[in-house]
Amino acid sequence: MSTIEAPHRAKADRPAAAPPAAADQPLYATRQKVYPKRVFGLVRSVKWAVLVLCLALYYIVPWIRWDRGEGVPNQAVLVDMWNARLFFFWIELWPQEIYFLAGALILGAFALFAVSSLFGRLWCGFTCPQTVWTDLFMFVERWIQGDRNARMKLDQGPRNANYWVRKGLTHLVWLLIAAATGGAWIMYFNDAPTVTREILTGQATLKVYFFFALFSGFTYLLAGWAREQVCTYMCPWPRFQAAMLDENSLVVTYRDWRGEPRGKAKAEGVGDCVDCFACVHVCPTGIDIRDGQQLECIGCGLCIDACDSVMAKLGRPKGLIAFETLKNLAASQAATAGMPAGPERHACGMKARSVPRFIRPRTLLYAGALSAVALAMLGAFLLRSTLDVTVLRDRAPLFVRLSDGSIRNAYTIKIVNKTREEAPLALVLQAPQGFALSVPDAATDPAGRPLLSRRPDGISQYRVFVTVPPGQRLPESTPVSFRLLDAGGRAAASQSSVFLGPRS
Amino acid sequence: MPTKIEKDSITGTDTTGHEWDGLKELNTPLPKWWLWTFYATIVWGIAFVIIYPSFPYWRGTSGWIAREAIVAEMAEVRAQQEPMLARLREATPAAIAADPELRAFAVAGGRVAFANNCAGCHGAGGQGAQGGYPALVDDDWIWGGSLEAIQHTIRHGIRSNESDEQRQSMMPRFGADGLLTPAQINDVTEHVLSLTNRATDAAAAGRGAEIFAEQCASCHGERGEGNREFGGPRLNDQVWLYGSSRDQIAAFIRNPRMGVMPSWQGRLDPAVINMLTVYVHALGGGE
Repeated sequence: MSTIEAPHRAKADRPAAAPPAAADQPLYATRQKVYPKRVFGLVRSVKWAVLVLCLALYYIVPWIRWDRGEGVPNQAVLVDMWNARLFFFWIELWPQEIYFLAGALILGAFALFAVSSLFGRLWCGFTCPQTVWTDLFMFVERWIQGDRNARMKLDQGPRNANYWVRKGLTHLVWLLIAAATGGAWIMYFNDAPTVTREILTGQATLKVYFFFALFSGFTYLLAGWAREQVCTYMCPWPRFQAAMLDENSLVVTYRDWRGEPRGKAKAEGVGDCVDCFACVHVCPTGIDIRDGQQLECIGCGLCIDACDSVMAKLGRPKGLIAFETLKNLAASQAATAGMPAGPERHACGMKARSVPRFIRPRTLLYAGALSAVALAMLGAFLLRSTLDVTVLRDRAPLFVRLSDGSIRNAYTIKIVNKTREEAPLALVLQAPQGFALSVPDAATDPAGRPLLSRRPDGISQYRVFVTVPPGQRLPESTPVSFRLLDAGGRAAASQSSVFLGPRS
Repeated sequence: MPTKIEKDSITGTDTTGHEWDGLKELNTPLPKWWLWTFYATIVWGIAFVIIYPSFPYWRGTSGWIAREAIVAEMAEVRAQQEPMLARLREATPAAIAADPELRAFAVAGGRVAFANNCAGCHGAGGQGAQGGYPALVDDDWIWGGSLEAIQHTIRHGIRSNESDEQRQSMMPRFGADGLLTPAQINDVTEHVLSLTNRATDAAAAGRGAEIFAEQCASCHGERGEGNREFGGPRLNDQVWLYGSSRDQIAAFIRNPRMGVMPSWQGRLDPAVINMLTVYVHALGGGE
């Protein structure tokens, strides 16, 4: 669809400057400040709800407590860098299980692809942090400086006390929100109550203050100043999201077959668009949706609310701008080609539409990949062992000949205990007759088996010897296996290795 | 040079003037803040060069040097280790081995000290090498494998003439100095082989036994069981420092070689010597 990939469109609400001569084309463009107007409607209500939900999640989650017992952090969600543990409610991950994080990111990516192919840029328009915080900052701006016209007037007006008070107040509130945002980020890596107290009393480490300032500063910069520039110039997602969209995706669309030609409300022979620019004025990225699909559109749908309220006032059907597939748009365009403006054209165009195809190879593929990754993650989680044993055979020397001629191999056994259990485990060697196991540092149980104690939530290491008496026939390499038995005699973990002897 | 700069009808933006198989590219102007960001990185770069050491003989205004940072960090870690090292210095090896905390620290530190100081002769894993570098992982000890004996050996060395308490022993050059005739040496060799049931000439071994009792037993023991007091190695076991073949044994009797180990007292911190003692003892042969 060439309409999807069409690059930069003209900004319709900007005064058309006289086209400069070729040599005069400026190398750098000055930013056009956007003054989004307040809007009411269904989409806006949903957007507010999503905003409140996202912010609440972000700010509240670090404060949720989760009792894990003595000496263990009681924060439900915590990335404990110092002790290299990731706590997530009842789950406690070690660094070597970082693939769960990778899996979660892959899951997120496929979910993003699936949602985009179904409903367009829902992520960009509703849940992206850039959108959520920009929306919040705009709310503050509107609250202190007034709506679109008041803000434009303020910027163009004199730099008087009113100007500086309103601007200063806006930036102050922005900075406070940014500080809360940066502070909340730190809380995911530190105990929330402790680090909050430390930050406020000036006792936190330099590292904490650095990251606090970094995240706060960038929140202020990106949501207060950069805004739509982030989406248009910095973010890679708008550049390749076109690959996820197709003619069956629901995207924010202006039904030009119904709106054109534009004209005054009472004029004869014109379409439904009254050229009131309501859609342009509410757009947070300052574009005109009537120009068609464009890279700058984040799919937030605020223009739908704006247009619907105008249509309602005029007593015309809503939906001149709507979440619509490009396939339906093309069908309506074809059905109404050449028809004069009026209710018949509208009815004919709407009739030409069909139910969007949600089930299609692309969405099935994304859903399949999503399910596969989700299942793999679930499987990996359910099969995740909380007790591992690793066996490292000594390589220098490969074997030792003792005075009496017996051959000995040494192994380093590591017990990885991801639980807080402390009960010792009995070590058993599975090997041919005559192979004798000894662990110098371990006690033995009544059956004479070495009892290895284990550190709770840690790694215990033992040096283990296996000796074969002289005279026993010994191949160069004999497979052996070490098993750890719990108090009930059940195998808790096992690991195989080899026993090496001299070349015969 | 671009030749056909034209205005795109939809966007009103100039093209670059190039055409690729019918495709033209818009020459969209860059946002101005991007340019300012670029200038800011240049300013940052210049400031970086001034503040940090960027040229030889230029320490920068901050005076920060990576080498000094690592030295300071090492000193910090050393200071953290100091209480532990002080305890290791005071304690006897037996006390260290009995205390789990001290023992874990000593084994970990001993591994590093062993790699730095001992592995050159005794091998990375203490496996030793044929020809005079004793293995430390087996259960055969020339001078004793108890914690005290190992500590003494490390402290004072062997035949290095660096300490009054060094391990000292000397095997006569029976062949080179004419103490035994070649035939007698052959007989003694046969007897030594018989200690591990490898003799092929019973008569020669019998003659050798008499010479052995006279010349060798005082250090190597009557039955070749060795004598740790004089550093006389065991001859009735399977561990041979200089090789176990008939030729190797005969050659050794004719002209023995004896290894040297430096005295580490004064070279290494007493704490490190204690750590090495515990580490070597834990390798597998400790008694």
